[in-house]
Amino acid sequence: MSDLTHLTLAEARSALAAGEVTAEAMTVSCLARMDATEPRVGALLARRDAEALDEARALDRQRAERGVPSDKPLWGVPLTVKDSLTLKGTPTTAGSRILEHFTPPYDAFAVSRLKEAGAIILAKTNMDEFAMGSTTEHSAFHPTRNPWDRGRVPGGSSGGSAASVAACQCFASLGSDTGGSIRQPAALCGCVGLKPTYGRISRYGLLAYGSSLDQIGPLARTVEDAALVLQVIAGHDPRDATSAAWPVPDYTSTLRGTGDLAGVRLGLPREFYENDALNPGVRAACRKAMDNARALGAELVDVSLPHTPYAVAAYYILATAEAGSNLARYDGVRYGRRAQDAKNLDDLYTRSRTEGFGEEVQRRILLGAFVLSAGYYDAYYRKAAQVRRLIRQDYDEALTRCDALLAPVSPVPAWPLGGVSDPLQMYLMDIFTLSLNLAGLPGLTVPVGFADGLPVGMQLMGRPFGEEVLLRIGHRLGSSLGVLGQYAPL
Amino acid sequence: MTPADFQHLCRLARLAPDEAKRDQIAAQCSAILTYMDTLAELDTTDVDPLYSPALCLDDAATRGEGAAPVRPDMAERRRSREDILSGAPDSDGSFFVVPRIVEGKS
Repeated sequence: MSDLTHLTLAEARSALAAGEVTAEAMTVSCLARMDATEPRVGALLARRDAEALDEARALDRQRAERGVPSDKPLWGVPLTVKDSLTLKGTPTTAGSRILEHFTPPYDAFAVSRLKEAGAIILAKTNMDEFAMGSTTEHSAFHPTRNPWDRGRVPGGSSGGSAASVAACQCFASLGSDTGGSIRQPAALCGCVGLKPTYGRISRYGLLAYGSSLDQIGPLARTVEDAALVLQVIAGHDPRDATSAAWPVPDYTSTLRGTGDLAGVRLGLPREFYENDALNPGVRAACRKAMDNARALGAELVDVSLPHTPYAVAAYYILATAEAGSNLARYDGVRYGRRAQDAKNLDDLYTRSRTEGFGEEVQRRILLGAFVLSAGYYDAYYRKAAQVRRLIRQDYDEALTRCDALLAPVSPVPAWPLGGVSDPLQMYLMDIFTLSLNLAGLPGLTVPVGFADGLPVGMQLMGRPFGEEVLLRIGHRLGSSLGVLGQYAPL
Repeated sequence: MTPADFQHLCRLARLAPDEAKRDQIAAQCSAILTYMDTLAELDTTDVDPLYSPALCLDDAATRGEGAAPVRPDMAERRRSREDILSGAPDSDGSFFVVPRIVEGKS
């Protein structure tokens, strides 16, 4: 096997389990790929080269004695994890100076599930600070570049995860999605990205941004690979009170069977396609995907999400309110950065936070303080929560008429680094992703084509806990388009 | 938003952006809040606020379709004092150390 790093996760897993390649060789290949691509991409923060090699060798020794255990579905598979997830003993910064030297004493639930499944975590991936951004330019450490065009952004906030997967540094990565932060970078980097239903994955160990919106999920190079990771990380966790006790289906078995979409009804949300911001190249790629869906037997129906024009405003009120509350914990006392020579405790708080948080984070904290403050709470926060109810009702109503919605993810393909500087303009670019977080529903990005040589993805959006439906449709539609399996020219 | 309003927000949030940035951030916040005012167009009388999708799960639970389970509200010890103090910028081995809170003679 000449180039291990370009295998899919499913292929890598089979090769490892069959003994065709050792865990050490697989890890060495991925680390070498990181060495070769990182100077041009910058997808990663902390790397764990030495620990990962030790873990891989330990797995190989265990195999020599006992074989590959059947309960370790990701045995020896190298992965990366977004820096918003705690990984015991490895620096975890959420892309922020305020956590620059923070090393957590525990694993996030999803991370511990990966480890239990035998995966080898190679590195933490770069991100917009505290997941606040759509480009990964707001990392306090360095920007990440799109592997398809290094002058362009990879999307965000899980841009490091998407770039890491697209650059074949790993076989999959965990991201988190508060307003599109898995689906949008997946689209911009030509990856598959799944935001599960709110409650499907425990948020224990996810550094909180918007607690009612955040959800962890996989980014991968194929739908099957995303399903394999979802299978491992899904399930109830009593340490997250919003984690659901719903049964976890067999996600990969839904990918078998006939390859068509006969009997499947896909809704096309009118308000998304009528949006003038939708770039012609993206629109053309979406049209081709729709034609393929029809050719596979799917019925496409027009549906309406009438409150879409209010989604950005409602989202940024609720997200900033939750961010302001969540980020109050960073006070320079218990962990993270502390300003030197503070005159008193109040000065310590203010200076530690001002020195530690970047400008976008400060802006959102201040907006959160405003929308929650006396006299404005009802007009902003409560009002936005009412609009949120209406948005959820829109989705519920639309999803009674179809199995899933099929929609664009980003109005444009990856744009040049530094190309959008106005925060409001940047927020408006999240129009197609963030309403799904308000509704708490699952969404799957699948690569569908290219516009001017840059990847275009579409998202399938579904009913609560209907991930297997999205994976099945995404697998069949994605496979028909011939885009999956194309790699960034690095 | 007046400069005094913005100053008050900074105080509430324990943030002190430097002067060069302050006016720019204040102007951006004002523009964003003006955009947010579009919600006022919408009549939401009698619409129940939805604060978390987990509450939709509770709706389902009451119909016997599933659950966002509620755990007993009891404190539990998950980590050692040593672990918790391991990330502290300053501690004496037992407690977090902070600057003097009550000002006055020592």
